[in-house]
Amino acid sequence: MSGSVLYDVPGPRAQARNRIIGAVTIVVVLAIIGFVIWRLFATGQFSAQKWELFGYTRVWQMIGQATLATLTAFAAAGVGAIVLGFILGIGRLSDHAWVRRPVMAIVELLRAVPVLVFMLLLYYGLPVIDIRMSSYWAVVLALVLYNGSVLSEVIRAGVESLPRGQQEAGYAVGLRKAGVMRLILLPQAIRAMMPVIIAQLVVTLKDTALGFIITYPELLYTAKLLGSNANFGSPLIPSAIIAGTIYIAMCLALSYVAHRVQERTKRSPKVQLTIAPLQETTDTQLIATQARTDNRTGQAGGSV
Amino acid sequence: MNQIFDYPDLWVEALIGTLVLFFAGGAIALVLGFLVGAMRVSPVPIARAVGTLYVNTIRNTPLTLVLFFFAFAVPLLFPVPRGSFLLLAILGLGIYTATYVAETIRSGINTVPIGQAEAARALGMGFGQVMGYVVLPQAARSVIPPMMSVLIALLKNTTVASGFSVVNLGNIRANMSENGENQMVTILLVMAVFVALVLLLAWLQRTLENKWRVAR
Repeated sequence: MSGSVLYDVPGPRAQARNRIIGAVTIVVVLAIIGFVIWRLFATGQFSAQKWELFGYTRVWQMIGQATLATLTAFAAAGVGAIVLGFILGIGRLSDHAWVRRPVMAIVELLRAVPVLVFMLLLYYGLPVIDIRMSSYWAVVLALVLYNGSVLSEVIRAGVESLPRGQQEAGYAVGLRKAGVMRLILLPQAIRAMMPVIIAQLVVTLKDTALGFIITYPELLYTAKLLGSNANFGSPLIPSAIIAGTIYIAMCLALSYVAHRVQERTKRSPKVQLTIAPLQETTDTQLIATQARTDNRTGQAGGSV
Repeated sequence: MNQIFDYPDLWVEALIGTLVLFFAGGAIALVLGFLVGAMRVSPVPIARAVGTLYVNTIRNTPLTLVLFFFAFAVPLLFPVPRGSFLLLAILGLGIYTATYVAETIRSGINTVPIGQAEAARALGMGFGQVMGYVVLPQAARSVIPPMMSVLIALLKNTTVASGFSVVNLGNIRANMSENGENQMVTILLVMAVFVALVLLLAWLQRTLENKWRVAR
């Protein structure tokens, strides 16, 4: 009946106790929600004046454009990050130390620096040496660099988690290094790592909101702009609620795709990862293990 | 390097701001995350549902939006003392990171072999005993590396608070540019500080991992 191994199927007494704990939980949660709603009412956030602004077509056009700006930045950053991820990931798997070592250093550096600091460097730092770019490109490039480095680790973990026999069989039938990588290893690795890759894309989508701080006119920036409209009583909370709903809906949709893909991957007989138990755990093995263990919106380590 | 020596006060203040956000936010995240993680594996269906809802919603909300809410919306709703941006940012970071802590704890519990929990139940232990005596002590060890990854991410995320009037390494650039300093150098220095801090945490991660490795 119950899927968990941590506790027995509840008997009559446990059921009664669970009902009481459940009721207490509901009361606490409702109390918190009720308190927030009461404060929203008490401070007049539901007054008609504050919501009037959102009755105009022009305002919704602005919100639509802002959403589009968020999605454009996300799409460009996502594609770029995947391309960079493959380049760096394959570079780190190279047999030549002169390729592997520098790539490793670059990946570690890119992963250690906060995305926002990258954006600041691109937007405020580079103009010092006369390289100027729009806030759009600062957002996209920073996201590409950071998420590309994370994805490269994911791809590497995927390739390394494959059974050695795959590679050896590839060489045995006469394929070259590139052929083994392209025809044998990568297809399997990508299939196994698809949920983690999509989860990283959710992170990318979330991080486009950082553009707000460097004044890229995306959804959150527009929400702030609409929210400071004094003619309509500065409807900051209504506009934050609207922008928040749009963000959460977009991210949930993408997370759901990741979840579905993971379910399919789990059922697929083509994916059989062999990972040593958590002994000498490195970050990458963890990514691989996380992909294996149940992790609904699988998150690569440290990529929050 | 001159910038650090010319304005030691600014840099120390910024570094302290980052560290306060990190430690205070981390403390909230660990406590709240542990609670939510426990709720998500508990035998009480409603607690599971609440935990799942919390994790799925906050994890799919950008941190910028969470902090936006705390910085701008919360002061409108609740009687918060003016200018308590640091406190609000700490709360926001804690609530956001707690979801990742909860997920890490949950997947740590999943790494404990099923037989362990089954054996404990066969001995007649209840949920509290199974978790307290058998599962959590083992899960705690395998949870350390991913938990440190979550904390490293939190450290990097503290910079987001700089967009909401909290003094930390993320907005020292603005101060420096007011002083007419080279902004690019400032940002490169900030990057260096972060690389150093992350390397420190990664070293701690490896040390703890080796110390508490599970023999399995």
